[in-house]
Amino acid sequence: MAGYALRRFLGAIPTLFVIITLSFFMMHAAPGGPFDSQRKLPPEVEQNIKAAYDLDKPVWQQYQIYLNKLAHGDMGPSFKNKDFTVVQLIGTGLPVSTRLGLSAMALALLIGSLMGIWAALRQNHWQDYSVMTLAMVGITIPTFVTAPLLTLLFGIYGVSLFGYDVSLPVGGWNNGALRNMILPVTVLALPQIAVIARLMRGSMVEVLRANYIRTAKAKGVSTTRIVLRHALRAASLPLISYLGPAVAAILTGSLVVEQIFGLPGIGRYFVQGALNRDYTLVLGVIVCYATLIIVLNFLADMIYGLLDPRVRLT
Amino acid sequence: MIAIGSNPFNAEVMEKSQAIQGRSLWVDARRRLFRNRAAMASIILLSLIALMALFAPLLSQYAYDEVNYELVACAPNWWSGWDCNAGGAHWFGTDAVGRDLFVRTLYGARVSLAVGLVATLVSLLIGVLYGATAGYLGGRVDNLMMRVVDILYSLPFIFFVIILMVLFNRNFFLLFVAIGAVEWLTMARIVRGQTLSIKQKEFIEAARAGGVSSLAIITKHVIPNVIGPVVVYVTLTVPGVILTESFLSFLGLGIQEPLTSWGVLIADGANQMQTAPWLLVFPALLMAVTLFCFNFIGDGLRDALDPKDR
Repeated sequence: MAGYALRRFLGAIPTLFVIITLSFFMMHAAPGGPFDSQRKLPPEVEQNIKAAYDLDKPVWQQYQIYLNKLAHGDMGPSFKNKDFTVVQLIGTGLPVSTRLGLSAMALALLIGSLMGIWAALRQNHWQDYSVMTLAMVGITIPTFVTAPLLTLLFGIYGVSLFGYDVSLPVGGWNNGALRNMILPVTVLALPQIAVIARLMRGSMVEVLRANYIRTAKAKGVSTTRIVLRHALRAASLPLISYLGPAVAAILTGSLVVEQIFGLPGIGRYFVQGALNRDYTLVLGVIVCYATLIIVLNFLADMIYGLLDPRVRLT
Repeated sequence: MIAIGSNPFNAEVMEKSQAIQGRSLWVDARRRLFRNRAAMASIILLSLIALMALFAPLLSQYAYDEVNYELVACAPNWWSGWDCNAGGAHWFGTDAVGRDLFVRTLYGARVSLAVGLVATLVSLLIGVLYGATAGYLGGRVDNLMMRVVDILYSLPFIFFVIILMVLFNRNFFLLFVAIGAVEWLTMARIVRGQTLSIKQKEFIEAARAGGVSSLAIITKHVIPNVIGPVVVYVTLTVPGVILTESFLSFLGLGIQEPLTSWGVLIADGANQMQTAPWLLVFPALLMAVTLFCFNFIGDGLRDALDPKDR
C-alpha cells in the first residue's frame, strides 16, 4: 500500500508538469497580451511594464522563470488585479471554493445514496420510477438553469412554508453564513445527486441479488441491517470510482455557480483571468485545480482499495 | 467457410445455425427497441425538433436577426399579465431588441444539435480508432496508449477548452474539435475494454481456426460486437456535448451574436428572468426535452442491444 501510494505520488509529478507546460504555452500563444488596452501606451512605458513582468524575454525563458518561481511556491503577481499576487488571490478564494465544493459533495453523497438505496429496495415500484425520473431531470437540466430558477423562487418571490418565511439571500458570501450557502450548494449538488442516485440504485440492485444477501435474509436478518451492514459496502464501490469525475464536475459547476451567486471563489478568477489574459492568475488556478483533482483521484483509489479486499494496490 | 461433409448430423447443425443467423443481433435489437415506448416517443419527438430546426426559416415569417424596436421584450399573445404582447406570429414572444424568440430558439437548436453531432463524431472517430488499436495490439503498446489516456483523464479539460476558446476568438469550427477532443477518452476506454474481452471469445478462436483473415475477424466479428456499447455511449455523449457547448456559451465563450445557441438564449433569459420569463422558459424547455430524448434513446438502445441486462 505504501509503495503504491509513493508510486502514485511520483506519477502525479509528470502529470502536473504536462498540465503546467500545456497551459503555459497555450496562454502565451494567444493573440493579444495582458497589457493591451484601447489607448496606446507610450513605447517606453510599455517597455518598462513588459520588463517588470519579464514579458520582454522569449517565451522559452519566461517558462523557465515561471517554473523556477513555482517550485519556490511563488506564482507571480496578478497582471490585472494590481497589488495582489496570485498566491494571495488563491489564498482568499480557495477556502470559499473548497467549502462550497465539499459541502455540495457531502450533500450529494448523502441524499443521492439514500435515494438510490430507496429506489433499489422498491425496484420496479412507483418509488423506483419516481426517483429515476427525478434523477433524469437532475441530469438533463444544467446548473445555469436551476440556479436562476431557484434564485427566482427563494430569493425574489420568497416562499413561505408553514407560515415561516424561507426566502434566502440571492448572492454574496457573507463570510460563509449558512443562509448564503444553501442556494449555491443545492444548485451545485443537484446534478451529482441525480448521478449518484442512479449509480447507487444500479449497484444496489445487483448486490441485493447476490447469494450472501440471500443467506443473510434466510438467517432472518432485518432489511435495515442487510442494507447497512452487508450490501452497502459492496454497493458503494461504483460510487467511489465515480468520485474522481464528480470532483471534476463540481469544479466545473462551481465556475457557473460562483459567477451567478457572486461568490469570491477561485472559479470566478479563472473565467475573468482567461478573458483578461491574466496569464499568471489563470495558470495559478489551473495548477490549483489540477492538484486538487489528482489528490482526490488518488484518495478515491485508496478508499477503493480499503473497501474492496479483492483489489490489491501494489 | 468450413467444408461440410455428407454427414447428416453436420447438415442439421448447419441448418440450425442458419436459422439462428436469420434473426441477427440487429433485427432482435430493433424489435426490442420498437417495443420500448419511451424510446420510440423520444425518437419521434427528436426527429420533429431536428426537422423544425432544419426548416426554421420556412416556419416563421421573421428572420432570426430581424430587430423590431416596436416590440421590445413582449410576451407571447397567450401569456397575459405582462407590459406588452407581441401578437402576430411571435409564438414565443420577443427578446430585448424585439427579435422573434421562436425563430431564435430553432436557430439555437441548429447550432446546439450541430455541435452535439459533429463533436460526437469527432470523439467517435478518435475514440474507436484509438481504443480498437490499443485493444487489438495489446501488450506493451496497449499499456502505453492507455497510460496516455489515464494522464489526459486527470487533466481539467474544460479549462483547456475555455482557454482554447479565448485564444482563438470563439472559432466555431474549433468549438467542435475542442469538445470532441475532450469526449473521446471515455469512448477509447470502452472500445478497448470491449475489444480485449471479445478477442478472447471462443467464436473469434473458431473463426481464426477456420482460417478467417484478421481483417475479416475485426470487421465481421469484433466491430459488430463493439458497436453496441459504442452506440449507447454515443447517444449519451450528444447531450453531454450539448451541455458543454451551452455551458461555454453561458460563460460568454461560445457562439457570437446575432447567431445563437441554446446556451446563449438561456444565459440571456436568466438575466431577464423577472421581467421576461419566457426568454428563459422556452429555450430551457426545448433543451431539456432534447436532452431527455437522447437519454431515453440511450437507455432504450442499451436495453435493446444488451439482452443479458433485461
